[in-house]
Amino acid sequence: MATTARGGNGLPILPPDPSPGMLPEFVKGLWRENPVFVQVLGMCPALAVTNTAVNGLAMGGATLFVLVCSSFLVSALRRLIPKPVRISTYIVIIATFVTVADFALQATVPAIHRELGAFISLIVVNCLILGRQEAFASKYPVGPAVADALGMGSGFLLSLTLLGGAREVLGKGALFGVSLFGPDFEPWVIMILPPGGFFMLGFLLLGFAVAKEARQKIAERAVGKEAA
Amino acid sequence: MNGRRHLAEGVRLVLALTLAGLGSGLAIVGAYQATLPAIRANQAEALRRAVFEVLPGAERMERLEWRDGALAPAVDGGGGGGAAGAGPAVFAGYGAGGEPVGYAIPGEGAGFQDTIRLLFGYRPERRRVVGLAILESRETPGLGDRIYKDPEFVAEFADLAVEPRVELVKDGGEAPHQVDAITGATISSRAVVDIVNAAGGEWFERLPAEAPGGAGGGDGDGHDR
Repeated sequence: MATTARGGNGLPILPPDPSPGMLPEFVKGLWRENPVFVQVLGMCPALAVTNTAVNGLAMGGATLFVLVCSSFLVSALRRLIPKPVRISTYIVIIATFVTVADFALQATVPAIHRELGAFISLIVVNCLILGRQEAFASKYPVGPAVADALGMGSGFLLSLTLLGGAREVLGKGALFGVSLFGPDFEPWVIMILPPGGFFMLGFLLLGFAVAKEARQKIAERAVGKEAA
Repeated sequence: MNGRRHLAEGVRLVLALTLAGLGSGLAIVGAYQATLPAIRANQAEALRRAVFEVLPGAERMERLEWRDGALAPAVDGGGGGGAAGAGPAVFAGYGAGGEPVGYAIPGEGAGFQDTIRLLFGYRPERRRVVGLAILESRETPGLGDRIYKDPEFVAEFADLAVEPRVELVKDGGEAPHQVDAITGATISSRAVVDIVNAAGGEWFERLPAEAPGGAGGGDGDGHDR
């Protein structure tokens, strides 16, 4: 399987496997290799700013933008970047796009920019982005690299929106700022405070693990039946 | 021979990073230049909206600076740029007929997590605070952020006496100068009250009961409440 050789942040620099194609590269980030719930990467923004669905969406959107632009550039320049300084170069590229995203958010949606605060600048150190450059974009042509970045970025965006949405519903009784239960609802305030982030992430990770196990059992049973 | 190859490799690395840095710098400066007008406009707009929010009935505002012991119209023309201007400044509000409706006074101070910047409306002829808006804060979501999200707390500042001073109480104070603290956010509530008192101590004595150059006469309901 192509995926095993380029797991683990590409520590051994192996010749890349041929890309299985654009669509699989895109789809894998959404579920099977979901950056938050399967790879457990980028936990800092995933916990810190997901107290509402809108914040999760904005953070995911900014990360998606930075990831796609960086992957495109790293992949396009992959033969020109000298190996010994590649990480420094990736960081410069990522930091540039983060700063651009920071300015853009500040200019277009100042309220959301104020809520996200320092976490926009901290996208620079999101290991998901650097990880994709080192493990994927630096080894593959532009097409698959962008498909991979779009998939991983969308997976991140959906995960953060899910986290934020679930916390907002429980902690504020609202979703995307729209009140759901009326004024009598007593919000479960802890869910929008930092501990609530850990609780919700824990529940969702548990959910993903249970789903995975159930799938495996079904597959094993099918194999068992064939053998019998 | 080997040394020279080493040197060439070093030059190549330096060149690569220099080019990356150069490209990055150009991109960032470009983005900065492109977004600066919008960012400035957003900040000025937020400040303007806050001024009208804390001064009920205001239709027009003027930025006044404290220079050489007197209030004077700001030199840089209007409230452009949300950032602090040359001197300490307040905003005078005028109603539809040009009558003064009070001053919006900015203040800042330590909150629970970070500096709180706020703006409050003040009517010198009544010696009352008439409105409060939080411009910037990083108070705890769900608790401290109720200093601007809780309508009951904000309403405390809609008609609040400043004499002898604004006071924070924990069990529903009835006196006109008392503010009821938010349960679970006492520190944030106290921070707001302290900022209002501190900014008030600086400004209340400087502001004449009638706005300078205003239509005089006040708006008629001077002292009866």
